[in-house]
Amino acid sequence: MAIDSEVLVVGGGLAAITAAISASREGADVRLVSHKASTLRQASGLIDALGYVPATEPAKPLREGPPTAGRELDRDEWPDPEGPLSDPFEAIDRLPETHPYRIVGADALREGLDLFDELAGDAYRGSHTDRNALLPTFGGSVKPTARYPAAAEAGLASDDRPALIVGFRSLTDYDARAFAGRLEAAGVPFDVAGAEVEFAEAFRADAKITRLAKALDHDEEIDGTPAREALAKAVAPHLHDVIDDEGGVDRVERVGFPAFLGDQEGEAVRAELADRLGADVFEIPMGPPSLPGLRLEDRLYDALDAEGVRFETGNPVVGIDSAADGTIETVSVDRKGREVPYGADAFVLATGGLVGKGLDSDREGVREPAFGLHVEQPADRYEWFVDDAFGDQPYARFGVRPDERGRPLDADGAVQYENVFAAGGVVGGADVAREKSASGVSLATGLVAGRQAATEANQ
Amino acid sequence: MTRHTADDDEHGESNETDAAVEAAGDSGGDGNALAERPATDGGVESATGGSDSMELDPDAYDPVDVFPGGDLDLREGADSCYKCTSCDTSCPVAEVDDEFPGPKFQGPEQWRLKRKDDHDIDESVMSCSNCMRCDDACPSSVPLSQMHNEARGQFVDEQMEKLSVEYVRNRILANYRTSARLASLFPKTASFAMNFGPVRWAMEKTMGIPKERDFPEFATETFREWWKARGGAQVQNPDKRVAYFHGCYSNYNTPEVGKAMVRVYEHFGYEVMVPPQGCSGTPMFANGMLKDARRHAETNVENLVEAIGEGADVIASCTSCSMSLRQEYPELFDIHGIEDLSEHTFEALEYLRIHEDLDGELAGSSLADEQSFAYHAPCHARNQGLARQAVETFRDVDGVHMEDVGDSCSGISGTYGWKEEKYEKSMAIGEEMFEHMEAAEGDVGMTECPTCAMQMEHGTGYEIKHPLQLLEETVVA
Repeated sequence: MAIDSEVLVVGGGLAAITAAISASREGADVRLVSHKASTLRQASGLIDALGYVPATEPAKPLREGPPTAGRELDRDEWPDPEGPLSDPFEAIDRLPETHPYRIVGADALREGLDLFDELAGDAYRGSHTDRNALLPTFGGSVKPTARYPAAAEAGLASDDRPALIVGFRSLTDYDARAFAGRLEAAGVPFDVAGAEVEFAEAFRADAKITRLAKALDHDEEIDGTPAREALAKAVAPHLHDVIDDEGGVDRVERVGFPAFLGDQEGEAVRAELADRLGADVFEIPMGPPSLPGLRLEDRLYDALDAEGVRFETGNPVVGIDSAADGTIETVSVDRKGREVPYGADAFVLATGGLVGKGLDSDREGVREPAFGLHVEQPADRYEWFVDDAFGDQPYARFGVRPDERGRPLDADGAVQYENVFAAGGVVGGADVAREKSASGVSLATGLVAGRQAATEANQ
Repeated sequence: MTRHTADDDEHGESNETDAAVEAAGDSGGDGNALAERPATDGGVESATGGSDSMELDPDAYDPVDVFPGGDLDLREGADSCYKCTSCDTSCPVAEVDDEFPGPKFQGPEQWRLKRKDDHDIDESVMSCSNCMRCDDACPSSVPLSQMHNEARGQFVDEQMEKLSVEYVRNRILANYRTSARLASLFPKTASFAMNFGPVRWAMEKTMGIPKERDFPEFATETFREWWKARGGAQVQNPDKRVAYFHGCYSNYNTPEVGKAMVRVYEHFGYEVMVPPQGCSGTPMFANGMLKDARRHAETNVENLVEAIGEGADVIASCTSCSMSLRQEYPELFDIHGIEDLSEHTFEALEYLRIHEDLDGELAGSSLADEQSFAYHAPCHARNQGLARQAVETFRDVDGVHMEDVGDSCSGISGTYGWKEEKYEKSMAIGEEMFEHMEAAEGDVGMTECPTCAMQMEHGTGYEIKHPLQLLEETVVA
């Protein structure tokens, strides 16, 4: 006997959650299954829509023959991407025709962002405008993004108030002074200084950031002083570190920290620090391990629960069982060795791309392993990439190619299964890393796939 | 798969590659071709000033096996780690103990370090609580808990002083079944003595068992005694058979859970078998006592495989027991039939949700006395995809209000919280769960795991029930 629902969503990231909630709001009974804990916990927590339009044609014609596999005999050249874009929507027409935004349309992106705004509530900012915000990120670059955590708000690069960036010697992958220097080099319109402070030295050198967050959440005592007070005291001597162009010294009006200011109690931690420092406090989004990603995961799974979506994490979908009429009837979930069928009227595949393991590859080819959907790719793997790491890498756009309803197409361009819809990283056609479009693609395709799956199930 | 190991599944492909390499070798003598050398680098040698040929042959790519494969070759797992640190952020111990270097170190990194003969295993592996959350977190399916179990076993075997208080204490905790069996001969005396102040003071001083903890009460009639007294199975059904793996706790401490299992399954027409069995091994893995675990595993595999042969699936009411039989057994031991056991094992509620129309059955039922439950999903349930099953099963039942108290770990992790030096950390990990339980509407807790239940009761004073007991009250009653 199969475990049944009207719509079954496979995956656990932003696209899967968006699809599940969209389908549920169309009246479908929805179940979500994902193999591993959500990849949201590796995400920066920023919600990008479209930051750049990268060039798809090289500056000069590519050399004949296969790439040189790193030997750079005849290096190819690519123009810089267009951007940072101020308005993601107006640039969609300049993306390639096979881009998911071109297929599902700008309205899907807009509605996807609307849904996200509703789910994220007051934890996120940016919904007041179509325009991108510019956020300083961990690497010292400034990133165009559509939505950002409230915790990052005081850090906007468009804000001209002087800023202090705080770092800790024991957080080895985060150097505040280098970070401040890179921001200045990027031409931000404010004065900035970086300072290393002593707070985290109370912990062991490679203490996890979850440890620091927990100490701040619970305001644990550090050598007799509550953690939040201890952190403020460590930062206070540096509030006048910023020197302006004329050599004058101003007290900073905002202080940026690596994103570990509490997990459950983030708002209270920031408020207390701001109060003690007499300055706004903000977090700088980091790579994994990412507390903003963890917080977003918590919030979105609470939303799934509130929506009445059933969900389970821990077991992979490993195969399908299709009916004679070209639809899928059940998928097999591998429950620690035993395959259990899960039936549905419609399925959404949102298992991620090459990093999220929704696409699998070896030197023979690139595959979509769960449903065996068609993934367009050159037969010769030496045509999967170009020499320039920052060029238009064909592999970056690998994935399933959907129709306008989100249904993946086979090699001949026909719908592969009438009741299967794809969303997020498993969908090809976008180069999300260069475009800064990963979240937007997940929201837009997730919304369409969820709605269309519900429509299919209701028939 | 191109790596060569003795038991490579894809021999065919490997052999083809071998043949290609040999053929290339035979053709030698061509100035700049790949043919002269074994292709171990895909023909890409620019970094070392090699071939400038434009003729690349992807098929000649043949990465060699750097390490010889052992009995338990975990290299593929170590290689799959791309250092995203998802495991570290999901680790409940690292969150409260900054001396603990986290699962990324304990797993892939330590695995590489210990391949050197002169390199000891870092003793911090003993601070891992074996909650296995890192397994669930890893996007690359690195077998982290398997790596931890192996390293811990090796540490205890080779580096731990066998006469130390810690070793003796851990061995006693790991072999809980032995103590429980003795205690249940004189259950009332044992329940009293084990929680008698002076005895507990002495236990903390001499053995490092924290005096704050209350020992569980021993049942005056064990589950097996009850089973025998009732005359065994009341339902005979060769088409629907299950073998119940009750584990130690349902037998010696909470036989009401075992009784609920039997009544619920008989209600659904199953013939319940109760084969002879030992400990699932969970507390032994967590303490690195792999030899003890193997001894029990041999008993369990033999008896349960026999039941499987008679048409049964194996059902556990403890999520750590089902986890052990399903995942840790085949990962750690090579016993005939162990894979069959893994494939045929399920958790009790999970199995009914797969095979019976539980929603339909519950639709007409209700709980006589309205009750709100604060449900905690055990970490080991999480890894089996079962974290939400109790909430979803009972969500719409009249008279039941089920509230999920969140995804934090209870902190006890079996025997971890039973060690004096870990007690405070255990309670710090559990703090979030205690807070959420107290904020929840209900004052009765619910969980599938007996030691989580112990911690929930210890932290809040609530009565704690198993979902099977609620199923008995709603479906069977």
